[in-house]
Amino acid sequence: MAESAHATHGDHHEQSFFIKYLWSTDHKIIGMQYLFTGMFMALIGGFFAYAFRMQLAFPGLDIPGWGTMTPPNYNALVTNHGTIMIFWVAMPVLIAAFGNFLIPLMIGCDDMVFPRLNRLSYQVFLLSTLVLLASFFVPGGAFGGAWTAYPPLSAQATYNLTPWGAPLWLLAVALEFAAFLMGGINFITTTMNSRAPGMKMHDIPMVVWMIVLASIIFMLSVGPLFAGAIMLFFDQVLGTGFFDPARGGDPVLWQHMFWFFGHPEVYVVLLPAMGIVIDIITVFARKKFFAYKVVLYTTFAAGVASFTVWAHHQFIAGIDPRMAHIFTVTTLMISVPIAVIVFCSIATLYGGSIRFTTPMLWALAFIFEFLLGGVTGIYLGAAGADIYFHDSYFVLAHFHYTFFPIAIIGTFAAVTYWFPKMFGRHMNETLGKIHFWGTVIPFNLIFIPLFILGLAGQHRRIYNFSMYPDLAKPEFQDLRVLATVSLIVMLAFQFVFLFNFFASMIKGRKAEKNPYDANTLEWTTESPPPHGNWKELPSVYRGPYEYSVPGRADDFWPQNEPS
Amino acid sequence: MRPVATTRSATGMPTARLAVWWLIASEVVIFGGLLASYIMHRLAHDAWSVQAAYTNTWIGAFNTLVLLTSSLTAVLGHKAADEGDGERAAKMLGFTMLGGVTFLVVKAFEWTIEIQHGFTITSNTFWSFYYSAAGLHALHVLAGVVVMGIVAASARKNEELHRVELIGLYWHFVDIVWIFLFPLLYIAK
Repeated sequence: MAESAHATHGDHHEQSFFIKYLWSTDHKIIGMQYLFTGMFMALIGGFFAYAFRMQLAFPGLDIPGWGTMTPPNYNALVTNHGTIMIFWVAMPVLIAAFGNFLIPLMIGCDDMVFPRLNRLSYQVFLLSTLVLLASFFVPGGAFGGAWTAYPPLSAQATYNLTPWGAPLWLLAVALEFAAFLMGGINFITTTMNSRAPGMKMHDIPMVVWMIVLASIIFMLSVGPLFAGAIMLFFDQVLGTGFFDPARGGDPVLWQHMFWFFGHPEVYVVLLPAMGIVIDIITVFARKKFFAYKVVLYTTFAAGVASFTVWAHHQFIAGIDPRMAHIFTVTTLMISVPIAVIVFCSIATLYGGSIRFTTPMLWALAFIFEFLLGGVTGIYLGAAGADIYFHDSYFVLAHFHYTFFPIAIIGTFAAVTYWFPKMFGRHMNETLGKIHFWGTVIPFNLIFIPLFILGLAGQHRRIYNFSMYPDLAKPEFQDLRVLATVSLIVMLAFQFVFLFNFFASMIKGRKAEKNPYDANTLEWTTESPPPHGNWKELPSVYRGPYEYSVPGRADDFWPQNEPS
Repeated sequence: MRPVATTRSATGMPTARLAVWWLIASEVVIFGGLLASYIMHRLAHDAWSVQAAYTNTWIGAFNTLVLLTSSLTAVLGHKAADEGDGERAAKMLGFTMLGGVTFLVVKAFEWTIEIQHGFTITSNTFWSFYYSAAGLHALHVLAGVVVMGIVAASARKNEELHRVELIGLYWHFVDIVWIFLFPLLYIAK
């Protein structure tokens, strides 16, 4: 990228910096815009986590870099940490950044089918980002009613005390949804219609399938919440009573709308990460992906099933116990397709010749850590156990064991793997491995203590545990300090990544076209790909995972190579 | 310049039409969520029928007729576009836009009268749903009219004739949403 920037500078007939990088319709540039915006928001979300974890470990401390943590501060930071990490990090990076960058390159076409819609999608997303950040600087401060925004707390300023922050938060989320609907339509239609000649349904790389399926699941689940957001917005600013039981409304309705989207949303971010991991594992195990079709159809099934589990978030919301039984059954059932996908990834490793590169380490860590997240989810899916665990740190540790592998480990896997294609240079492997271990080990040391605290009954939404004698015992406080210190260590190691990322972009080793001997189409063009991606668009002759095919001299077989 | 991607059609369906169908799918779930919420509340609150009795079925019926007729002219516009007659297609879209504007004007008078009688968006949750659902629909009508104006302007010059069909698809969707709203908000007393 640095190189092409220089070229632009030297040649005045080329587009200006503004047109090229900020007003571009090129899918690769838009992907970068999403990536850098997501990384910036990840720093903010990480800083928030640092600030509120410091308060929990050392209540009342004057926090370096933040100052005194007031209760409204604490609530606003916790709320926006969750909101940012899911809507402004996981989705823009995993789906939008890599969807934009990879889909045209992996299906062999020159751009998205609607380049200007794509640009609009990023611009609306950027606007949503600015609205969310602005909500910290309005009278009353940012919204602090948790990322789930349950009414009546979220609906009435007399309760949440954020007359500006709450509507701005909601507006930002709604704009973000609109941006992803536009992006999603682009991803789906591009993949359906613009594949290279010869690329049939089962020749599409898994990561593309997964991003497209995630976009479809997002599109079909977000509608009711979009309607709900309008209703909640009217409750907040006009004074309607949609979620106010005193006036004929129903607060649990919001919970249904939120989780009807919120649970499929888990799969919306999980699937792209799974796809990334599958593509990396096959390349670095030099093995054909185990059971492509099984995984594909299993994913369809998981997508459908993800719409039937939402009320397991509401077991103590006063829903009918018979209903709770049904949702327990569907929730336990959905672990089957997810387990199938994970086990097929593990089976791919068996008998492979594994190369422990940095992206491969991230991919393997994803499987390991995500399995822990999935297994602890079984306890929470069962209504009986969940009544005890609900709103405890056990829940918190569980979903961090799913979301952290997805949003952070999956992203690092993808960034380190596709970095040569994105920027034309290699990242440093040694720094990459230091960063890997410096992230994964502290991650476990943050959340294993929180599992233990959750089992001991520690509630999620408490600002200062020293006020609760049962929870203020020193053995508990030690675990809180351990989690916080581990978090600080983990955050510190992210600077290794940032240094590696930007230094490699400028003076990393030059990348060849296909540094990993991979099969998929993005590796058949220059690194980084020129505008239009190929001089001559490729045709496809086989599936994406033909590694170590018996009887061939090479252990890989690019998709575009005629037999 | 359009990318090659836009001109490909692996499914056999033109990309733009495919995209409009996905757009409609995303809209169906938005209105679906809103109307499902309304229906569940309505079933739980018999008392709302007292409020619903104040809606004017005749005005609603007139607007239904207007929208259905405007869909007919949208179809005639599509037929003209298929035959390559851009001028006639633009004229038919013009009639459809006229229908859309009529719908909005009638709605404006209807709401003005209702608000003057004290039925505002906050007076009862029935009215909250009434204004939210019909208002969201009216925004779609408005957006449809604006986009249709752009499509008609290029169709008149015999350019981008395939867009006549696409805006027609969207218009039928807006029409169908009203077909659900009319009985739910006006007829069910």
